Amino acid sequence: MPVITYREALRHAMDEELTRDPNVVIMGEEVGQFHGAYKVTEGLLAKHGPKRIVDTPISEAGFIGMGIGAAMLGLRPVMELMFFSFYSVAFDQIFNNAANIRYMSGGLINCPIVIRGPANGGTNVGATHSHTPESIAAYHPGIKVVVPSTPYDAKGLLKSAIRDNDPVMFMENTILYGDVGEVPDTDYLVPLGSAKVMREGSDISIIGHGRAIQMALRSAELLKHKHNINAEVVDLRSIRPLDEETVLASVRKTNRVLLVEEAKPFCSVSAMLACIIQEKAFDYLDAPIRRVTSVDAPAIYSAPLEKEQLPTPQKIFDAALAVLK
Amino acid sequence: MTKKAPVPKKSEVSAAGYDARLAPINARLGQDEKIQFYRDMVRIRRFEERCLRSYQQGKIGGFLHLYIGQESVAVGCCSVMGDNDHIITAYRDHGHALGVGMGMNELMAENFGKYTGCSKGKGGSMHYFDPSRHYWGGHGIVGGQVPLGTGLAYGLKYKGIQGACLTFMGDGAVNQGAVHESYNLAALWDLPVVFIIENNGYSMGTSQERSSAGDSLAGRGAAYGMNWAIVENGHDVYEVRDKVSRALKLAHDESKPSVLEIRTYRYRGHSVADPDSTYRDKKEIEEYKRTKDPIMVYENALLAEGVLNADIIKTIDESARAEAETSAQFAEQSPYPTIEDIKKDVYWEIDNPQDKKSVGSLFFD
Repeated sequence: MPVITYREALRHAMDEELTRDPNVVIMGEEVGQFHGAYKVTEGLLAKHGPKRIVDTPISEAGFIGMGIGAAMLGLRPVMELMFFSFYSVAFDQIFNNAANIRYMSGGLINCPIVIRGPANGGTNVGATHSHTPESIAAYHPGIKVVVPSTPYDAKGLLKSAIRDNDPVMFMENTILYGDVGEVPDTDYLVPLGSAKVMREGSDISIIGHGRAIQMALRSAELLKHKHNINAEVVDLRSIRPLDEETVLASVRKTNRVLLVEEAKPFCSVSAMLACIIQEKAFDYLDAPIRRVTSVDAPAIYSAPLEKEQLPTPQKIFDAALAVLK
Repeated sequence: MTKKAPVPKKSEVSAAGYDARLAPINARLGQDEKIQFYRDMVRIRRFEERCLRSYQQGKIGGFLHLYIGQESVAVGCCSVMGDNDHIITAYRDHGHALGVGMGMNELMAENFGKYTGCSKGKGGSMHYFDPSRHYWGGHGIVGGQVPLGTGLAYGLKYKGIQGACLTFMGDGAVNQGAVHESYNLAALWDLPVVFIIENNGYSMGTSQERSSAGDSLAGRGAAYGMNWAIVENGHDVYEVRDKVSRALKLAHDESKPSVLEIRTYRYRGHSVADPDSTYRDKKEIEEYKRTKDPIMVYENALLAEGVLNADIIKTIDESARAEAETSAQFAEQSPYPTIEDIKKDVYWEIDNPQDKKSVGSLFFD
């Protein structure tokens, strides 16, 4: 099987869907001639032409709103936010229009739009460019939220998102763009709403999404190596829809839970998961649920401190030991 | 791609010697069509009056933004739309909905929050929709619909359909950033959109002079190289038709956007919750009603043309009142949505389980 980067996997997904469906159009700042600020869309303009690959002005409220209007008419726009952080500039369009249009029209209008881009910290760009708004997006009924952590999932989930008839917020990660993995060059889909057990274990469930999962896998190796602890690692992959069954099955198996994510702790995905687990699997818990999140402050610029603000394999390792104590 | 900025151009139609009635699009109108426009305007007014009564009776909740005084704008604009044209507006949306042919029953029922409403009681007065009639709302956030209208125009162009999107906004919306972003995109990409500012003089309770810099709201389009024009006599359905049809032709033939500012006036407050006692003089309203009421002006014109007579006027009025009354009864007798309906129409997938591809939970209660 071909080994490609997370970035290439995303590109392949778009390339295949552009070829498959004439209604798919890629839009965003620098997606065409510049080849993408992070080169995700590199080569797509040359292959598919300027009608399908559209460079927009720096005008998020305008072009995201425009994409929503086009989606209402049946196009399938895949809108790139150069940084997902810029979603806030288009907040009204996304959460009043894309999220509500189906509801307020009594089901008469669909909005098959994908809004994608990197949503992560850790790149030394300060608070404005380091937002991780999974929970903010997922808060809104009508919106779907997807966060791939591997090249395989990046391709399979993005293809599913593009074919989805509801608006999907697809959150990538600049630090993962260069990660490599086995990715079929065939047409495959990873359904939204299916979590994946990345590592089987019996002593503790480490559950999360995005880059935190890659850290959790390293922590799990450390736990095994140093303490002979068998940690299970569950990658949510999709926040809404959410695979509650896979999460709860893991909790019932290990009876101990550590939740990890890159976002801030208040009203976050892990906060919601903790709520769900105590509601639906309280009797299976042998210890309080713990969380590893970002330190609760705006993203700091200073590079050494930023590393400490975010989850680290060491923090996850320590927190896992605390759950098991 | 290089693009030569076009010379901004104000409408060439000068005020002097201009007679909208003689414009080609109006000169060829038959008697039936003229009466139809009159009937549509009367129907809007009677519907709105009946809405107000239902609101006062406590049958309609929330906000109710009445279109009374502006009827010539919606009727004039909708009357020149072709089969491939689309329309989107803000929350003062009743006139446009009736203008495209939506029925009073489904609109009144929507106001009542009933399941028989056009949006199943989920949208309310501000959020009417009927995509089958190319009517895309009904939007509650000032200016928020303008990028959507731009996107509808984008979609038409992308699909190779020779149509346009009439994208309405109020005079308050011109100060929203999303509107300017839409202007830029439409002009940059030659999108077939007609931005229509229904300037009724007040953004809620703030007059134009207290809210908007510059001489002309439509004139801001010049900064983006767009054609623009002011429809000075928005109360004249003929003038509205003439100028909007010219903008539509520009969109159809050359895929060029334009901005029209239609001067109009509303008789009621911003919404009916607005006591309308703080920001304008009652004499101003009375003066407009006396001299420029769109129905009166058109009625007099058609009487002079020999198209209308007292009998037809009476019949149309009685019929419109009866239709509005019937719609209130229909709404009254219709069922509310059920508790189960609250969670329908949120996700396409939930409503189409046979085609559902995702797994996992979409709701969390």
